[in-house]
Amino acid sequence: MTSADTRSQKYPVGIDSVSMAEIERRVPAGEAPPLPPNAQLAVIGKSIPRINGRAKVTGAAPFTVDVKLPGMLYARLLRSPLPHARVMSIDIGAAERHPGVRAIHVINDVVGRAVETTGQNTPAGTSGRRVLYVGDPIAAVAAVTPEAAQAAVDLIKVDYQPLAFVVDLEDARKPDAPRVFTHPVHGESFAGGNPAGAALPQQGNVLGPNKSGSRGDAAAGFADADVVVEHEFRTQVQTHCCLEPHGLVADWRKDGLTVHMSTQFTAGIRAELAAAFGLPLSRVRVIVDAMGGGFGSKSSAGNYARAAVTLSRQANAPVRLVLDRHEEQIDSGNRPATVQRLRVGARRNGTLTAIAIDTYGTSGVGLGAGIGNFAQAIYDCANFELLQSDVFINAGPGCAMRAPGNVPGAFALEQTIDELAEKLGMDPLTLRERIDLSAVRREERRIGAARFGWNRRRAPGSDSGPIKRGLGMAQSLWGANVRTNSACEVRIFRDGSVEVLSSVQDIGTGIGTVLAQVVAEELGLRPEDITVRIGDTEYPAGPPSYGSLTTASITPPARNAAYQVLRKLIEIVAPSIAAAAGNLVARAGRISTADNSRSIGFREAAAQLPTDQIGVVASRSDDYAGFARKMGDMASAQNALGGVQFAEVAVDTETGIVRVERVVAVQDCGRPMNPLQIESQVQGGILQGISYALFEERILDRHTGHMLNANLEQYKILRSRETPAIEVHLLENYQGMSATDAYGIAEPSNIATAPAIANAVYNAIGVRLRQLPMSPAAVLAALGRIPQRSGPT
Amino acid sequence: MLDTTLPDFLASDAQAAERDAVGPGPVPLTLDVNNVSHSLFIEPKTTLAEALRDSLDLTGTKVGCDRGACSACTVWLDGKPIAACMMLAIDVGSRKITTIEGLAHGDELHPVQSAFIAHDAVQCGFCTPGLVMSCAALLESNPTLTIDDIKAATSGHLCRCGTHPHVHDAMLDASRIRKT
Ligand code: FES
Ligand code: FES
Repeated sequence: MTSADTRSQKYPVGIDSVSMAEIERRVPAGEAPPLPPNAQLAVIGKSIPRINGRAKVTGAAPFTVDVKLPGMLYARLLRSPLPHARVMSIDIGAAERHPGVRAIHVINDVVGRAVETTGQNTPAGTSGRRVLYVGDPIAAVAAVTPEAAQAAVDLIKVDYQPLAFVVDLEDARKPDAPRVFTHPVHGESFAGGNPAGAALPQQGNVLGPNKSGSRGDAAAGFADADVVVEHEFRTQVQTHCCLEPHGLVADWRKDGLTVHMSTQFTAGIRAELAAAFGLPLSRVRVIVDAMGGGFGSKSSAGNYARAAVTLSRQANAPVRLVLDRHEEQIDSGNRPATVQRLRVGARRNGTLTAIAIDTYGTSGVGLGAGIGNFAQAIYDCANFELLQSDVFINAGPGCAMRAPGNVPGAFALEQTIDELAEKLGMDPLTLRERIDLSAVRREERRIGAARFGWNRRRAPGSDSGPIKRGLGMAQSLWGANVRTNSACEVRIFRDGSVEVLSSVQDIGTGIGTVLAQVVAEELGLRPEDITVRIGDTEYPAGPPSYGSLTTASITPPARNAAYQVLRKLIEIVAPSIAAAAGNLVARAGRISTADNSRSIGFREAAAQLPTDQIGVVASRSDDYAGFARKMGDMASAQNALGGVQFAEVAVDTETGIVRVERVVAVQDCGRPMNPLQIESQVQGGILQGISYALFEERILDRHTGHMLNANLEQYKILRSRETPAIEVHLLENYQGMSATDAYGIAEPSNIATAPAIANAVYNAIGVRLRQLPMSPAAVLAALGRIPQRSGPT
Repeated sequence: MLDTTLPDFLASDAQAAERDAVGPGPVPLTLDVNNVSHSLFIEPKTTLAEALRDSLDLTGTKVGCDRGACSACTVWLDGKPIAACMMLAIDVGSRKITTIEGLAHGDELHPVQSAFIAHDAVQCGFCTPGLVMSCAALLESNPTLTIDDIKAATSGHLCRCGTHPHVHDAMLDASRIRKT
């Protein structure tokens, strides 16, 4: 950047409750001027009610499952009933003749899983492919009613040659285990826990180890250690269970494809479908209005969306395909299971000398069952060794789920750090003061400990009765992610109305409300004055709603677009009030001189526009001081996101039931944009964390490969009765990095919960639970009251 | 409020047996929904949730599981919350159905709806119509609520986004307002 297109600005930096300072940054010329801290703002940082709240509480909000198009057909999928089989032949004759059937599509190319490089998924001499898990999609039917579609699916005759299979993680690692893949595989890290490594060793069902992320010399570090702690931890498979199922209505026409889809990434789905069907981006439109939860599982188009589009093209009619709850459980992604062996060495004073982690896990037929960057990045330790392997089993592929990798990773490491503290005779907070270099988490520990009453904590197992109480804490780390390929338009109309447009979607976080706040703040208007148009690729391509990057990616361009379009308006109206454009600002519904001596109402100003509307499109600039990492469209900010959570539990040692009674969470997300909505997200992260810690577990039958609890009654999820008192405290952490300085919150709020509970359970009963979920049976087994279970994974 | 008594249509088995067998083809049927009488021609196997969503375009009622496990489909049957996916439309008879679309009086929201907005007891919003219906029924029947009343009344509702704490806040607030 030359100095001609940059300028110097002073930005507030610091944590509001610690100390604030100013820093000078060179920023691109089009950037809006620095924002003061939230206390000095009118709209940003305020708990504005969400703009679609009314639509959501009255049932008016249109979800994908509510979309009905004229002539719409209904599709159902035929799925493999076997965990592993060769499809010898498929006969669709009877299905084709079934009344009402309009199209049948046999699925030959599958996505979203590891792929054998030699293409052995479709062996010669068979008419189909090898199906790899119960629920693997085989064919799709579109018909005039859902019943006719299902009836036709049932009429498809498939000749399966059953093959040996394995669904148990430990069984799958044995040298003589049935092979899920018989040839070398490659693929993306769908579950996101570890990077997909090029050319990793592959032995049987084990792919790895992947050693990327290691540093220093672990052996030397352990030789230096006064104390070493070593244990194995196990985490289960969790399913996403979005309340709105995965689904879409695909409408293929001669002039292009329109897809209404419950998705976390309209622009990404557009790119994916355009590539899959050989269409130009300009001929694919993806729309989502209200969206019923994704948590990572609705980020890509998958096999089901491809099937619906294909059927629509064949039938020449819109096709609706919505998964049922059983399909959701077996084939819409999941958080992989992990087995982690951790070794941590330290000196007497707590200084870490080495961390070594050997971990394997399973993402079913997918990849990415690793443990993220939690252990790698949270504590100061020069010597770090990481071995990660994926183990294939005949189960549906995993995919990213809220803080992939770091959630299981934190469960293991944060318990190990507590064990280390105990061995060193240190308080868990004191040890973390020594090994955690983050100033943000230091402040979070201080605030959290005071609010929670950490000084009430007693020695493990102090209660004498059958119900024992305990306190625990754990920390969070997540990347402050940004997608620079994120754009937004702001328009001012001649009648004074204002629009903000982006394809970014609101999956329940309230990003639309935040956009209204950002634009209103810049234009001196109220949030209700801003019309928010999002969730449609007709608008400038916005970011996905994953990776906790949405707010960080789209609010700076929204503010910059608002700023630039306002400057245009000001240039036009300045002469009419005999003021220099450079002296004019927008506030309280008027455009006025800084001293308020001359002004014009926003609406009257807009009336002077020479055209019906003016607009500016802006996209995300780089963070002002640069990113820590940038790869293509994706980047990570220099400072990661933190978070510290404290949990209070009561453990009934007779029934084994763990009750979480209270959680205090102190979180940071840069500049908080809408504290009430952020609080909602943090509560959600904590509740999902409790649910993961205590209740949820996919159970596969090792004899049939079927999921035994593929529903919402036996797959246990926390509900209102298990909801504890939750207190959320938000740090304001200003860094002067973008036009809004805002970052994400969804994932960091989900990471520390399970280990905080585990540490609290230990404090209550004096016995560690190193396996999830901490079910009554697991607690009783840990207490030695019943035998250890060796159940299905 | 948990109602453990069997609905009438189950309690009077004898009566059900006497009814003439109908179906599987469509049959005429009248449904009283939100104080409007609708004439439908639907298969007897149609659930109330399907009749509302597909035949009457009242899509505010959501289906999350279609088997009584999530309560997303909660509507009122004569003022009491039921799971619309667990009842056949044909079994409603002359009883009154109230759906989320019928809760507000015109532009004036039910106090529970207003409280949900004020306390941000909404994230993705897919569970919200069902939760609002259960919460509104609770407030109608018991204006002085404790947190345990609220937890009991919403214990069947699955909210994957985790709005429960804000639902509790909203209901305590709505109850406070109702009392004053
Ligand atoms: S849809 Fe009726 S209870 Fe889940
Ligand atoms: S708000 Fe998303 S399920 Fe309740």
